[in-house]
Amino acid sequence: MAQDSSGAPPGAPKKPGSRTTRAKGTGISPRRLPYLLIAPAVLLMVGFIAYPMLSVFYYSLQNYNATKPWRNGFAGLDNFRRIFTEDPLFWDSLVFSGKWVFTEVTLQLALGLILALLVNQTFVGRAAARAMVFSPWAVSGVLTTTIWLLLYNPSTGVGRYLADAGIGTYGSSVLSDTGTVFWAAVLAELWRGVPFFAILILADLQSIPGDLYEAASVDGANRFRQFFHITLPHLRDAIILSTLLRAVWEFNNVDLLLTLTEGGPAGVTTTLPLYVAVTGFEAHDFGYATALTTVAFAILLFCSILYLRLSKFGGDHK
Amino acid sequence: MTEKSTATAPAGGGRRPPSVRRRRRRERAFDEVPRWQIYLPLGLYLLFTLVPFYWMLLFSLRPAGSTSLVPWPMTFDHFEKVWNDRSFSVFFQNSALIGVFTLICTTTVALAGGYALARFNFRIKQTFMLALLCSQFIPGALMLVPLFQIFKNLSLINSPLSVVIAETVFQLPLSIILISGFIKNVPYSLEEAAWVDGCSRLQAFRIVVLPMLRPGLIAVGSFAFVHSWNHFLFALMFLMDQDKQTIPVGLSTLIGADSVDFGALAAGGVISAVPVVIVFAFIQKWLITGFSAGAVKG
Repeated sequence: MAQDSSGAPPGAPKKPGSRTTRAKGTGISPRRLPYLLIAPAVLLMVGFIAYPMLSVFYYSLQNYNATKPWRNGFAGLDNFRRIFTEDPLFWDSLVFSGKWVFTEVTLQLALGLILALLVNQTFVGRAAARAMVFSPWAVSGVLTTTIWLLLYNPSTGVGRYLADAGIGTYGSSVLSDTGTVFWAAVLAELWRGVPFFAILILADLQSIPGDLYEAASVDGANRFRQFFHITLPHLRDAIILSTLLRAVWEFNNVDLLLTLTEGGPAGVTTTLPLYVAVTGFEAHDFGYATALTTVAFAILLFCSILYLRLSKFGGDHK
Repeated sequence: MTEKSTATAPAGGGRRPPSVRRRRRRERAFDEVPRWQIYLPLGLYLLFTLVPFYWMLLFSLRPAGSTSLVPWPMTFDHFEKVWNDRSFSVFFQNSALIGVFTLICTTTVALAGGYALARFNFRIKQTFMLALLCSQFIPGALMLVPLFQIFKNLSLINSPLSVVIAETVFQLPLSIILISGFIKNVPYSLEEAAWVDGCSRLQAFRIVVLPMLRPGLIAVGSFAFVHSWNHFLFALMFLMDQDKQTIPVGLSTLIGADSVDFGALAAGGVISAVPVVIVFAFIQKWLITGFSAGAVKG
């Protein structure tokens, strides 16, 4: 049989009567085997992703508050009415989420692309440079917080040493100022997020055949034209998919903001998921928290579909 | 850069004799990037990447109250304090336990699922693939409330099993997709040859496929381990007792303390980074190829 590492899986139903190779002694018919193999995954995903999702929708129609048990019961769409008409915190957190996701993803993509192009070149010390540049990617949100708290703190941070050297002044923490906290958080998350794009883009860059560049350079295309006519079109699908995944990830990222800013000062860095977590686990208002979750789901789904449509993911392109 | 260098590079991507190739490398093609355009931006970025790490090391190693920018004289007091007094030894064990079990669960379940996807056509295959992709868009953070309810009903709150299950479930989709990509890269004919030689499917899988899958499995397993090692939210929400907590939660309690002990905080940070650094040093060479083989090719 021909080597078949791509395309239609070789286990595909074969014409009856044709000579087939078949493993013996499994005791399970090959017809049932795939179902048996995916069963654990399906069970786990149904039990801990699909079922909780459905229960989110169910709870969102309930009054379910651990601190006010006497009011618990079916509430209809009341939670949603509260969200859209009575809750300025919802709108604030939504706006901050949008700002956060947009800033992070655009900057991470731009820097990641530049970084990938750089470490794709051949130069002395490339392996070491790659390892160092990618290293923050493996770091957790809480560790990122730990490190940047040290850097931002007025008595332990870089600012103090710069002030000692005569650059700038001793200041208060950038994290307690509503004007600077956004960019301080963005910088910390960038530190950890850029390598993700760099790794994915680098992996894709390496699959571009070198002939293309050689042919282009022979035809007299300079580096910029090569970038825009060969590199960028080739990276298109990887970029679309990784920005989408990353946007969802940044939207849901609670670790960093919860520990770095705790949503503050004055709530200006509270994202929607952070607001959900606080509502559910600090105010114990599960019904309202799940209603917020439903709305967040809907927004995320709508934005994802819109993005995939607008970007014509996987569509024809050269 | 000169006329001569373009002349030595012949058109087309065919194989050149080694002597020409060597000369080309020495002279560089006319459109190759000037060195300073690589080293300058990369150097700046490395500064941005490494200074924070250095800062953490510095604070963990120098004595409290010192303002020196070099950790000298070096002290390990902070580590001792965090490890013993702040019960990081316990957190470390808990994290390791949860990480290893998540690794085992994720790779086993994903191996079975990935094999089914790579080697069979079955009726719900498309649906299953779609479900895997869609679940990537489902936010773990937003599932906290219902997951909490489920684990409460299963009496798993305060049990590390709840965290293992939650981490495994959210690692699975990507792991299955990655592993099925790796399995597709193992020629099916090899497996068939083993069957002809009298192996059962399981034997053929164990003898032929598994050894070739090792780099991929190490990559997927490491991701699962590192991810659960780093993840904070599930442990924070599902584990109540302090002696059940994991490293990231331990770190966050250091941050939350009224008067922050920066030396202890930095030492805790270093402790939390050590296993990840070891794992990544180990899988470095498979990282990029693993991604291109599994994720990008799909």
